[in-house]
This record gives sequence, C-alpha cells and structure tokens, in this order.
Amino acid sequence: MSVAMIDEKVEGEIVEKNSSIFKIEDFNLWYGTNQAIYGVNLSIPQNKITAVIGPSGCGKSTLLKTLNRMNDMIPGVRTSGQVMYNNQDIFRNKQMVEELRTQVGMVFQKPNPFPKSIYDNVAYGPRIHGIKKKKVLDEIVENSLKGAAIWDEVKDRLNQNAFSLSGGQQQRVCIARCLAIEPDVILMDEPTSALDPISTSKIEELIKELKNNYTIVIVTHNMQQAARISDKTAFMLNGELVEFTDTDRLFSNPKDKRTEDYITGRFG
Amino acid sequence: MVAREQFQIELDEIKKMVIELAHGAEKLLTEAVNALYNSDIELAKQVIAYDKQLDKKDFEINETAVLLIAKQQPVASDLRRLIVAIRISSDLERMADNAKNIAKSTIHLGEDHGIKIHNELKDMRDVALKMIDLSIKAYENEDITLAKKLAQLDDLVDGMYSKILTELLEETATNPQKIQHIMQMAFSGRYIERFGDHATNIGENIMYLVKGESFDLN
Repeated sequence: MSVAMIDEKVEGEIVEKNSSIFKIEDFNLWYGTNQAIYGVNLSIPQNKITAVIGPSGCGKSTLLKTLNRMNDMIPGVRTSGQVMYNNQDIFRNKQMVEELRTQVGMVFQKPNPFPKSIYDNVAYGPRIHGIKKKKVLDEIVENSLKGAAIWDEVKDRLNQNAFSLSGGQQQRVCIARCLAIEPDVILMDEPTSALDPISTSKIEELIKELKNNYTIVIVTHNMQQAARISDKTAFMLNGELVEFTDTDRLFSNPKDKRTEDYITGRFG
Repeated sequence: MVAREQFQIELDEIKKMVIELAHGAEKLLTEAVNALYNSDIELAKQVIAYDKQLDKKDFEINETAVLLIAKQQPVASDLRRLIVAIRISSDLERMADNAKNIAKSTIHLGEDHGIKIHNELKDMRDVALKMIDLSIKAYENEDITLAKKLAQLDDLVDGMYSKILTELLEETATNPQKIQHIMQMAFSGRYIERFGDHATNIGENIMYLVKGESFDLN
C-alpha cells in the first residue's frame, strides 16, 4: 500500500488539515479482474494545482476520472476504499453523480466543443441547469470566456461555430464551458497534448490564474509542464502512488529512486 | 531509450573534462611552488601560459553543460550533475589562477631576491595537493566521506598559513629593506590557502550532488 499524504508543513507554514478538497483513502480500482489502482492514499489541496505524472498505463487517468466518477460509465469497474470530497464519500449511494460532476468539471485531452456556436457551447451547462434568461446567460458566457482568457479573441463572433476556432482556442472554449457551471474543481486530462507550443503556453498561464478560484488536478505526460505549473506532484507507477510532494521537491530531489529514474528518463 | 543513453554519454564526457581540469590545476600548483623555490622564472612563465589553457577548458565545460541543459532539460540528479560540473569547473579555474599568481610572485621576486623561502610553504602546497587529489576522487566516485575530509585538511592549511604569516611579519621587523619580497611570500601563502578553500568548495558541491541539499564544510 502506498502512503503519500500532504505534508503538514510547507515552507514553515502549517497547512490546515481541512484544506484538502479531496481525501483519497486506501483506494483500489479494478477493471474486471485487472487491478488498475492499488491502495492509493492522497490528499488534494484546495486552490492548488496538483499534477499527476507517470508512464502510460500507470493509472493516473483512471485516478483522475475517479474524482468525478467518470469511471462509472465503464462496465465492470469495481472499487474499494474511500474518496472523500469535502468530507463526503463520493461513492455513497445517495451521492448524486450529476451534482458531483457539476462541482468537479473536466477538460479532456482533445478539445471537444459541441457542433454549436461559441455562445451555445458555453451556455449549454447553465441552460441544462434551468437558466433561461438571456441577460443572465449573456453574463455567464462573458464571464466564463473571460475566465478562460479567450473573451477578447471571440467576443465579436460568439455566434460562429466553435469548430471554426484554432485548437488552442477550442480548448479554452471548453475550459470556459467548464467554468460556466461554476465548479469547485477542474480535472484536466492532458489538456495541451494536442496543442502547439504557443497555445500550450496560453493554457498553462490560464491554469495558473484559475487556481485562485478553483482547485486544479492535471494529468500530464509532459513532465516539464508539471514542473512549470503545479504546486504538488504525484508520481504513479503500476497503479501505485509512489511519491506525492511539493513539485519543487519532486523535480529537484525526489525521495524514491523510482521517481528519480522516471523523471530523469531512465525508464518510461 | 537511445536519447537518454546519449545524454548519459555526454554527462560522462563533462565529468571527464572536469577531472582533466582538476589534474591541470594540480599540476599547475606543483610547478608554481617549484618555480618559487627554485627561483625558476622560465617555469613560472610556463605556469602562466598553461593557466590560459585551463581557462579555455573551464569555458568549454560551461558551454557544454549549458547546451546540455538547454537540449535535454534535465531534472533531479541529472540537473545537479550539470550544475555541480559548472561550479566545480569554476572553482578549479580559480585554483589555477591562484597557482598562476604564485608564478607571478616568483617573477616579481626575480632570481636573486636573497630571502629565505619557508619550508612550510612547500608543506602547505603538499596538503593543498592532497586536497585536490581527494576532491578528484570524491567527485569521480561521488563519495561524501572523502568530501567531508576536505574540511579537516582545509583547517590544517589555514593553521599553516597563519603560522607562516606570523613568521613573515616578524621578518619584516628584522629585515625591513626586503619588505616587498616578504610581502610576495605572504601573498604566495595566501594563494595556497585560497587554493585549499576552493578544494573545500568542491567537497561541498559533491555533498550537494549526492544529497541534493547545500552544505557548508567550512
């Protein structure tokens, strides 16, 4: 069983114990008979960027998708252990999955806008939640696009199809769509892997700004990206959480030899 | 992973360059003090010329390391290896400069200065050479036990320097017309003492390389 809880001290300051938004305890996950996650213990701090790194198939995306129960959709998935979100177990029967997914939004690897206008993409979630007044929707769309740092680029063409935008712009519209439902947490599954360096840089800047209002958990194959933008980094290997510590520490002086070997490119 | 194998080869190559520079600095101090004892102006000039080659070597190590950082974006121990190579190279370059300064003092003293050269300077030189030898071995093997020993030897060099300085000060009172020459001797002692300090810095860098934390061996 791997144990890696949040450090109680960060640069001499005591971090309040209840500042963790997610608390994962002894968590195991199976796809049918194959176990994908082994005894993970992890506390995800609020209003911080937590990166999850590791080689392909290590369970990092599975762990991310667990946080808003996206794995529920996969047949044969079985779990044990607890995932506490704001001190409530997300697997308790009465937990409304929709409610969880409203609070824990997700941005995917490839930009996936709906085949609709930019406006309708962002207004989609609020409309589903019953907001009909145009004035309110206008406000939400503007604020969300501003929050995703794309308002200035699209404000004059909100009625254009979102597919007419570049990949980087589409991804920011997807982030705006996520912001429109006012989540607390944004999960990001390799959000820049399909983007060029300039778009990647814009998204990275945006992620850093978003942490003022949201908790971000990002899975990335790009270790330099994890090093650049995250506050905490978790390293997973073969379904186990090997090390979880301050990003500065993990990339300069990791404790576990497996982490060192992975980040220095000795395997993976 | 071919790219990382190549990276490892390049890391090894930088290490080799640093060790070569260390042997160069070692040779330079040996010859500089020999030139001082034998009032060998020709040898002193050779020392000064050789120092220029070592400056180039230091520059080359820096360039190679910076290029590797840019191309490979190393982290953790790989990054420390490159940072430490740059730092050690810089210390070795300064050590060679100290040897060069002794050679300049030798030239300044000339062939017939007629003052006694203290044997303790040679003893100091020998301890300083032992220090550089230890630091090379510690660097080669990433051995922190050897690195820690450098601090003890540095204390020894400092003690010897202090003793020589006291004697030279006394000599200025009994031999005031030779004060310029006596000062050159004192400078030479100071240069060897500084040589030892840089060797200790190398030890600290090896501690950082292995442990990932900064240490003060002084």
